[in-house]
Order: sequence, then structure tokens, then C-alpha cells
Amino acid sequence: MSEPTSDLLRFATVGSVDDGKSTLIGRLLVDTRQLFDDQLEAVATASAKRGVGDLDLSFVTDGLRAEREQGITIDVAYRYAATPTRKFVIADCPGHVQYTRNMATGASTAEVALVVLDANEGLKEQTRRHLCIAALLGVRVVIVAANKMDLTQWDESVYTKVVDQVNDVAQRLGFTDTTVIPVSALKGDNVVERSYVATWYQGPTVLEALESAPAGSWASSASGARLPIQWVLRQNGGGRTYAGMVNGGEFTVGQQVTLMPQGITTTLKAINGPRGALDVALPGLSVDFDLADDTDAGRGDLLATAPLPTATREFEATICWFSDKPVMAGTRLRLKHTTRSTPVMVRSIAGQLDVGNLTVADVTELKMNDIGLVNLMTAEPIVVDDYRDNRVTGSFILIDEVTNATVAAGMIGHANFI
Amino acid sequence: MTTSTHPQIDHLDLLESHAMFIIREVVAECERPVLLFSGGKDSAVLLHIAVKAFAPQKLPFPVMHVDTGHNFPEVIAYRDERVATLALRLEVASVQQAIDEGRVPDPGPLGMRNRLQTNALLHGISKHKFDAAFGGARRDEDKARAKERVLSFRNAFGEWDPKNQRPELWQLYQGKVNNGENLRAFPLSDWTELDIWNYIRRENVPLPSIYFAHERPVLQRDNMWLAVGEFVHPEPGEVVERHLVRFRTVGDASCTGAVRSSADTLDAIIAEVSTTNLSERGATRADDRFSETAMEDRKREGYF
Ligand SMILES: Nc1nc2c(ncn2[C@@H]2O[C@H](COP(=O)(O)OP(=O)(O)O)[C@@H](O)[C@H]2O)c(=O)[nH]1
Repeated sequence: MSEPTSDLLRFATVGSVDDGKSTLIGRLLVDTRQLFDDQLEAVATASAKRGVGDLDLSFVTDGLRAEREQGITIDVAYRYAATPTRKFVIADCPGHVQYTRNMATGASTAEVALVVLDANEGLKEQTRRHLCIAALLGVRVVIVAANKMDLTQWDESVYTKVVDQVNDVAQRLGFTDTTVIPVSALKGDNVVERSYVATWYQGPTVLEALESAPAGSWASSASGARLPIQWVLRQNGGGRTYAGMVNGGEFTVGQQVTLMPQGITTTLKAINGPRGALDVALPGLSVDFDLADDTDAGRGDLLATAPLPTATREFEATICWFSDKPVMAGTRLRLKHTTRSTPVMVRSIAGQLDVGNLTVADVTELKMNDIGLVNLMTAEPIVVDDYRDNRVTGSFILIDEVTNATVAAGMIGHANFI
Repeated sequence: MTTSTHPQIDHLDLLESHAMFIIREVVAECERPVLLFSGGKDSAVLLHIAVKAFAPQKLPFPVMHVDTGHNFPEVIAYRDERVATLALRLEVASVQQAIDEGRVPDPGPLGMRNRLQTNALLHGISKHKFDAAFGGARRDEDKARAKERVLSFRNAFGEWDPKNQRPELWQLYQGKVNNGENLRAFPLSDWTELDIWNYIRRENVPLPSIYFAHERPVLQRDNMWLAVGEFVHPEPGEVVERHLVRFRTVGDASCTGAVRSSADTLDAIIAEVSTTNLSERGATRADDRFSETAMEDRKREGYF
């Protein structure tokens, strides 16, 4: 996850299956001319082969054989688009509840969620679930495409009802920026081209909303600067430098930095960037640091500036559970946090989040696709920030030690709405 | 550069740094990584970034060329020059050897060999016990690649299971594999063709000469311009012509098409790539044209 600049926006498309996500992305790519002639031709051929209309736009992103055969999105497709204003990295996420883990994969690096829903059906359970996961993952800006408006004869009251539903949920989930747009992905209204039918709608098209959405909404970090050490480089003179990617804030040569969890303070003597020596290391840059004092720093340790993170072995976290084997108190796993891996034990399940009404219920285990609060204890200390302050030092994954499968996404602390 | 004026970083800086981050993660977490080096522009960029990630140390892993035996001589010369200049360890996984040892059927001297690369690649991986192989693949190349994780898990048979990929959240790349299983790592996943060219220009990354416009004998087959040479001979009815061409990708010489172009500088190539109507693979790779899911099918079998 690179720290975004304003000329680049990473967004994830979410929503319930069959509401038209893939069609909308296909429409967006076709109408902004991102597709090459041979790619368009391939979509047309595939459409004809399955006897669907002249151009089934969902085939633009549903690239896997099984997806085309079953007509569903199984995994995230990443797409790249550029308009004169902005570059976009698009994570087209699957809608089916069974593939929530893949949706979370796509949304974990997104700054904006583009939510597609069928305006006739309003906000469904699955769409609420996706909005909730997006909010938990730190997305603050939401663009909602109220789709299939052509089927309502562009009835404004259908749109207004969606707006009310969305605003209610958005307020509770703490989104700072919510735009609802009446569209027809199929016909192309209000996606890139303005609708001639919906004369009552004066707001932005989907593309306009994406081009003007605030980027870096989640990168604004309340933590200090952080450098999780990945690798120790031996320099030609015999010294050592510490390599990693900066997050959370910037480091400056001459500054005091603290090595965690050791708690040793030293001075940042020099910074090497990908293109040579630097005075300042900005978030998103891969660098290596020369320190004034000899330390025993290694992979898994972290260099930080104030406000400092916390070194801890016991903490509360919000997790999204991905495995069909439930998790409960006593479950032993491996945890990967920044560049450190350590054994971890679940001490207790503190509750399960109901994504519909945002209440927390007492449970003894979490099942596949459940979101819950847990208390964890690690074998070695990890150096953390609250997820809301820093998306890198606040996140972790849990790994099954036998199968090596990634079984959970975790965030230190919990969201305000829980 | 002073601390009062903010040094700017752009989109290419972020892509480069992210790739360095991924490469370092894989090297830290895996026992025996290898970088797949075809001599193409993507693997040239990948190698350039890998060298940066460990400078001033030597690259802490070897490179492997999956050699179809149908090479452009310019590309082999380029490969050997890079290996010598950067003091790399080169392994060659040879399709010819796979044929000679009877591991794959012989398609004949001029038959298409891209599909046979999978066997040579998997053989090379298991022979050297590599547990991670870096590749220069980008998600904008193909719809199956668009679905693939940065770290792509392969079972003991080298197979990719697209319906059951590991979740890959944030920048927490998870590279744990059991004995015999392996990973493919794609640090350039989020780059586009244009990003690659802009980076090559910015960093002066050396490339094989066939990427630049040059005159050579070509013939038209399956709607593509193929270079007439050791592996492509005119069939009855095919006409050999001389044209100014260049290659957009480097693959097996018997099935990689050239494009008519006068772009002989990086600036000219970037101008051309910015305005083209054809995708890189659609324009130049016969191997991806057989079916709608050619790439997915090859990947499932263990291809890059
Ligand atoms: N009438 C109408 N149908 C649509 C619209 N958008 C999508 N559809 C149809 O809804 C179905 C599901 O669309 P798809 O994009 O595959 O949904 P996904 O599962 O959310 O990706 C397909 O048959 C589409 O043709 C729309 O704006 N209007």
C-alpha cells in the first residue's frame, strides 16, 4: 500500500452480487476509452459465445473461466485507468458473502469505496456488510451508484429513498464524505456521460465524483513516523544500515529516533533513498537509515518518532475471520505484524459485530466471515499504533501454522461505532 | 535539497519503492528465491529495482532464464552482458533439454514452444529447490493476471488455484510455504506498460536493441509481423518484406510479433505506447490468442 498522492486514487468497488458492479466498471473503462481494440473485441466475442447481448460489459473484469461460466465475481480484479485529471487503481471486489475475504483484500488498500447497489432493492444486508468492512478498514469516502435506474423509469422517489438509507448508515459508520448518484451502468447514464433522462439530478457523474474525491483520506496519520525494519544492509566500509519503507510521517536527517521494542534512542545520521542520499524520507518511500549509535537492530524491530507506538504482548483487536474452522478462546496461530512474525494465542472472544444494526453480541466463537472483537496475547512483543492512527502499524494478519493459510485480517483497537 | 522545501515524490517513486519493499519481504521470508529473467523490458526493470533494494550488497539470489531455444540473438547478448556487468549468478532452464530428456513432446524444430516453458520452469524450480520466483508480470497485461495476488501461492505441482487464493491485505505479504510448494512474486503488479517505459527512461535501464525501431525481413502470419530468421521461414504464399519494426514484448522468436514502427528512441516509444489502439499481448503474442482463457489455463499448470 503506497501512500497516495493527489494524482493517484485507489478505490474499491463493493456491493451485493448482481447489483451491477462489474457492468459499472466495464462501463467506466469503456466510456473513458481505457480498453484496447483487441480487448473490446475479446469481450464482444465472449458475449456472443454465451448468447448475451452485443457487449456484456461485466466480461471486462470477470476474467476467470469460472466467473464467466457462473456469471459471478470470485476474486478481486485490479484495473488501471487514467484520465487527464487522475490515475486510478481499481480493485473490483466480489459481492458474494462467501468471498468476503477477497473483498477485504481489495478494500484494505483503498482510499475510496465505490458502492454499487440496485436502486430498486435498496441497501441489502450484504451491501451493509461491505460498507461496514470498508469503514472498519479505514475508508472514509464513499461514492454510491444507485444502479439500474432505467428499470424504474428514472423515478426520483426511488433515488431519494436510497439517499435516505445511505445517509443513515454513513452517519453511523463515520464516513466523512458520501455522494449518491442515480445511474444506469447498462445504458451508461451518469457514469461517464451525463444522463439526458434524469433531468432532476444535478450532482456529479461517477467519473466526476472519482476525479474530485479527496485522496489520501486514510493516509493522514495521527502517529509519528515509522520504519519497520525489513533487512540489514552491510555497507562497503563495514557499517550497517537499516532498510524498510516509511509510513505514518516523515523522517529527517539529524532527528532523534527510537528503536522499538528495545526503547533505545539514537540520531538518524543519514538516509539513502532509491535515487541517492536524502535529507527527508517521506511516507511510501523505500529507504535505508544510517544510525549514529551501534544498535542490535534487526528485522522485525521498528524505528519511530514521537508520538511513539506501544510495545505490547496483550491487546484488543477487531478481526474479520476467513477460515471455515471457527476461532475461540485458546486458539493458537501465528501473527504477522509489519515485518515481525510471532506465535499468538486468542485469550478471549469479546463479542461479535452485527453488521446490520452495528451492535455487539456475546459469543464464544467466530465463524467464517464474522467480524468480532478479540483479546490476543503474543509470544514476542509487537510495536503497535491504533489502526485508526496508522494503517500499517495498526494492522496484522493471522496465519494457520499447519496450512499456512491467512485466516484473519486484524486491526488494533476498535472503530468508534462498535 | 533542504528540509524546508519538501522533496516531491511522484507516482513512479511510489511504484518503485513498493516494488523494493516486496522484493525485500520475499527475500527475508523465503529460503531460496530466484528472479526469472527473460531479457524482456519488465524483467529488466525488475532486475534494476532488485539490485537497488540490496545495494551496495550483491544481489542475494540468482536469476533464471527459461530458455525456449528460439531466441533473438540480440536478447541473449543482452542477457549475458547484464549477468557479467552485475556479477549475477545465471541458471538456465532449457526447453530444449526438456525435449531431449523426453519430459515434453517434441513439437518439431519450428513448433511453438511457449507452452513447454512451464515444464522447464517447474523443473528448474525443483532442481534448485527454489521456494520463490520473482516475475515481472503486470496486472494490466491480461485478465487472468489482473486477478492474481502479488505473492501467488503454487502447490507442489506448481499449479495456481484462482478460486482459492490467499487473502492479501495491506502490505502484509505472506510468504510461508511448505516443502515443495512455492511462490511466484510479482513486484510490478500495479505497473502499467506506460509506467514501465517512463521508468526505463528516467532510470536509463538498458534494454535489448530489438525494442527500438530497426529494419529487418518480416512476414505476415496470423495477422502479425514475424521476424524471418532461424525459427521463422516463409511458407508457401507468404511474402518476405523488409520493414521498419520494433518489438513490444520479448518472447519466443517463433511466435512474438513485431509492430511496424519508426520509434527508435525512448521518447518516441513512449509517444507511441501512449496512443496505441492494441494491447501489448494482443498485438504481439500468438500464444495468448488461442482461447479466451489461454493465460489462465497456462497459469493453472504452473506458468509464470
Ligand atoms: N437494467 C439494468 N440492468 C443492469 C444494469 N447494470 C447491470 N445490469 C444487469 O444486472 C446483471 C448483473 O450485473 P453484473 O455487473 O454482473 O453484477 P455484479 O454481480 O454486481 O458484478 C447483469 O445481467 C447486468 O446486465 C443497469 O444499469 N440496468
